[in-house]
Amino acid sequence: MHIVDGALAVPVLAVGAALTVAGVAIGLKKMDYDHLPQVGVLSAVFFIASYIHLPIGFSSVHLILNGLIGLALGWAAFPALLVALFLQAVFFGFGGFLVLGVNTVNIALPAVMVYYLCGMGISSSSPKVAAIWGAIGGAGSIVITTVLVAFSLMLSGEAFLLAAKITFVAHIPVMIVEGFVTAAAVLLIRKVKPEFLNIKERCDAV
Amino acid sequence: MPQFLEHSGTSWKGQKVKHDLSVIDKLDPRLRVIMVTLFAFVTVLSENFFVLGVGVLVGLLLALLAQLNLKRTLRRVIAMDMFMIFLVILLPFTTPGEALFTVAGVSASKAGLLHALMILLKAHAVVLSLLALVGTLSATTLGHALAHLRVPDKLVHLLLFTVRYLDVIGQEYKRMRRAMQARAFVLRTDMHTWRSIGYLIGMLLVHSVERSERIMDAMKCRGYKGRFYLFDDMALGADDYRFMALFIPLLCILVGLNFL
Repeated sequence: MHIVDGALAVPVLAVGAALTVAGVAIGLKKMDYDHLPQVGVLSAVFFIASYIHLPIGFSSVHLILNGLIGLALGWAAFPALLVALFLQAVFFGFGGFLVLGVNTVNIALPAVMVYYLCGMGISSSSPKVAAIWGAIGGAGSIVITTVLVAFSLMLSGEAFLLAAKITFVAHIPVMIVEGFVTAAAVLLIRKVKPEFLNIKERCDAV
Repeated sequence: MPQFLEHSGTSWKGQKVKHDLSVIDKLDPRLRVIMVTLFAFVTVLSENFFVLGVGVLVGLLLALLAQLNLKRTLRRVIAMDMFMIFLVILLPFTTPGEALFTVAGVSASKAGLLHALMILLKAHAVVLSLLALVGTLSATTLGHALAHLRVPDKLVHLLLFTVRYLDVIGQEYKRMRRAMQARAFVLRTDMHTWRSIGYLIGMLLVHSVERSERIMDAMKCRGYKGRFYLFDDMALGADDYRFMALFIPLLCILVGLNFL
């Protein structure tokens, strides 16, 4: 999912960086110091999820979990994912340095969208409905992320079209796995610690 | 699935990674962050093969100076290559232009091959310099350096918290996986695996957040008001000026070469 340095055109890099700065600014504004540890935990979970590999036939995929992070954090997903991606780039060489902006938008924007689209759904009183919305959030965030990755490649040159299409097809198994895993995680958190997914606040608001 | 495939060989070891002290470690952390940023701009924005070639050499030289662990660095560079392998292989075949050679009836263009080569050079130059100059800092020092460079306070705090939790959550994850293994859980491609992993992640989050709340309470009890104190006062020394005297002219020459 990470794009490396040097592949994208300069305007794409600039737009990505600008959007990330805006997103992080909103995220930081909405996040008070009391929330900081929780955001840090989710940022670390994103990092750790990238080395949980699940088998798919003869191959394996690793989890991304940006849907779950979005459901828990909302706009604060931007700073959380920026920090995780920065640490990955600096200490593991995943992705690149100047593409950090584009990579952050590609992963954090779907997280924020899922927060608004599926947030109501997962606080439904029926566990079944909540699980389905969790699955939609988990799979949907990967769909949007892949589309954004494909877009950033395509905008950088016609020649990337095939690579962009392959990226999308290659991630279909990830979408399925991610949907099931997120649904199960949502079900469990609903039962054990509903306030973590802001479920109580949402119910009060209704 | 064999055990060694479960982790992609890059699990977080935090501050415990062994690393030999080198010339690079004598430099001011702030300087290292700034220099790597400038270097990344110069290489990524360049379209000149000579400049990029020199860029990769500079990256290699920095890696040598930093005495990076060869095996670990190689593993990371290969991990990065895996991210772009499709992109680079496909590029010659999807770029229109003068045909260079054909594979299975599809012709590869020279323009595409050059473009692919350019991406390879840029990515490697940046990643090598990044691992050498910034990757050798301890994560905490990096956080403090960013704070000194006027990165927003909250973002730096978040970075420091994340680094702390990476250790905690990583260990918690391994502990829970061991417990599952003890109950004969094997990863497969089925619903049972996905549900169990989903529950594992849910539980991991709940445990970690409860722990983070306890830490927060303990910190508040000691008067935490959203401020960290940066103990290491960083100052530029003679080594830093020497490094700058070498590196900045080099960057200027690289920029200049683009316009020749």
